[in-house]
Amino acid sequence: MADEPIISRGFRGRRAPAAKASRLPPGQYEERDFPVLSAGPTPHTPLSKWDFTLRGVDGATAKWTWNELQALPHETITRDIHCVTKWTKFDTMWEGISVDTLIAEAAKRGVQTAPFIVAYSDGGYTTNLPLDDVTGGKAWIAFGYDGKPLDPEHGGPARLLVPHLYFWKSAKWVRGIQFTAHNEPGFWEVNGYHDRGDPWREQRYTGDP
Amino acid sequence: MAGAAVHGRSVTDSPNLAPPVVRPGRIEWRSATILEVVAETPHSKTLVLDVPGWPGHTAGQHIDVRLTAEDGYQAQRSYSIASEPTRRTLSITIERLDDGEVSPYLTDALGVGDRMELRGPIGGYFVWDPSMGGPLFLVAGGSGIVPLMAMLRARAAAPPALRGAAAATLLYSSRSWNDVIYRDEIAKLSVDPGVRVIHTLTRSQPPGWTGFTRRIDADMLAEVTPAPPLRPQIFICGPTALVETAAQILVDLGHEPSRVKTERFGPTG
Repeated sequence: MADEPIISRGFRGRRAPAAKASRLPPGQYEERDFPVLSAGPTPHTPLSKWDFTLRGVDGATAKWTWNELQALPHETITRDIHCVTKWTKFDTMWEGISVDTLIAEAAKRGVQTAPFIVAYSDGGYTTNLPLDDVTGGKAWIAFGYDGKPLDPEHGGPARLLVPHLYFWKSAKWVRGIQFTAHNEPGFWEVNGYHDRGDPWREQRYTGDP
Repeated sequence: MAGAAVHGRSVTDSPNLAPPVVRPGRIEWRSATILEVVAETPHSKTLVLDVPGWPGHTAGQHIDVRLTAEDGYQAQRSYSIASEPTRRTLSITIERLDDGEVSPYLTDALGVGDRMELRGPIGGYFVWDPSMGGPLFLVAGGSGIVPLMAMLRARAAAPPALRGAAAATLLYSSRSWNDVIYRDEIAKLSVDPGVRVIHTLTRSQPPGWTGFTRRIDADMLAEVTPAPPLRPQIFICGPTALVETAAQILVDLGHEPSRVKTERFGPTG
């Protein structure tokens, strides 16, 4: 274990200007491109076969087709996003539907929330979140990026968007949300990554405080 | 696979208290000393490191490196581990990006005897251990070879029975012959009849080159990939365009998406 940081002689680094530095979580650097990171092949589900489901602990479900989902109120969202691989991208612009909206609609169909969720995706990806992290205007189902439909390699047709947490929580190719009574770790969360992933607390890996 | 939090048994007599959660240890920052610097290509170097207390790793995993300037400013980057788990030293191979923040320092400023901080190993999905068997099909683009080389080295270091059960094919795309990282070692590994290596050189080729000269495409993959009924374990690492292309083609060829593991390896500055 390193007792104190080793000073790298002659290393100066490239510091962000002060206005931006305050928006960089610890250990992050600014990236202007939009790197792609995924664990497997990009799935391609045609919109005619695409739907989105909210499912309660008791199995009650609310389901929307692509067109039904599009009929719900849209929001535009501008946020900084933070990838656990160290890059941060400032002021990304998204279009989507608030998870709050979906939960309210689902409640009318008898779907109750629970303290945790598992978001699940085409291709088998899952990620877990406490309900508190996806409610109160903090999470969206996003299908637009930078004024255009979201590219498949970035998660299109739709991805979860939870910009206050490391970006693996913003599940690409998302197809539904399962409410769960208990925390059920998802794909990366059982493969060495932190259960919650708050970039400001640098919760990158399993065991980080 | 790293474990999730394990619930320990409460020793308190109060039934109202939740049992303490036993958390797996934090992946701590460690001090590493550079034992050797190997120039691999004009743009990449390998740092061979002594890391006291290193807990061991599986081929395919990565580490985080942290540099600290004299005024306390810090920068971190992730690098795939290049060495096989049974080796006493740990090595990483760094591609130098001329406008990068960290890679030019690692490749130009550091030398034998210098120290740096790292923590790991990290990642439990893009991994292969000889006990997982084969056949293995590895697709590399540029410095994306690094985690795949750890797998080939782990295979070579495995007991003959495990090695024999894990035939390996490597398809490796480089710009030119001089850009092929680990070129001589890969040639030596391919003497083993269980290892097949196919290079493609996309920008320039040495005189007399008879191999592929184009970017990885459907025809190339159909020609060199173990057939789907053999159920190869497929690992692809390289730039996004290469990874997207190769993964999509392999699924189209009939390989199960769950057996196609990818790591996008944009060189990090």
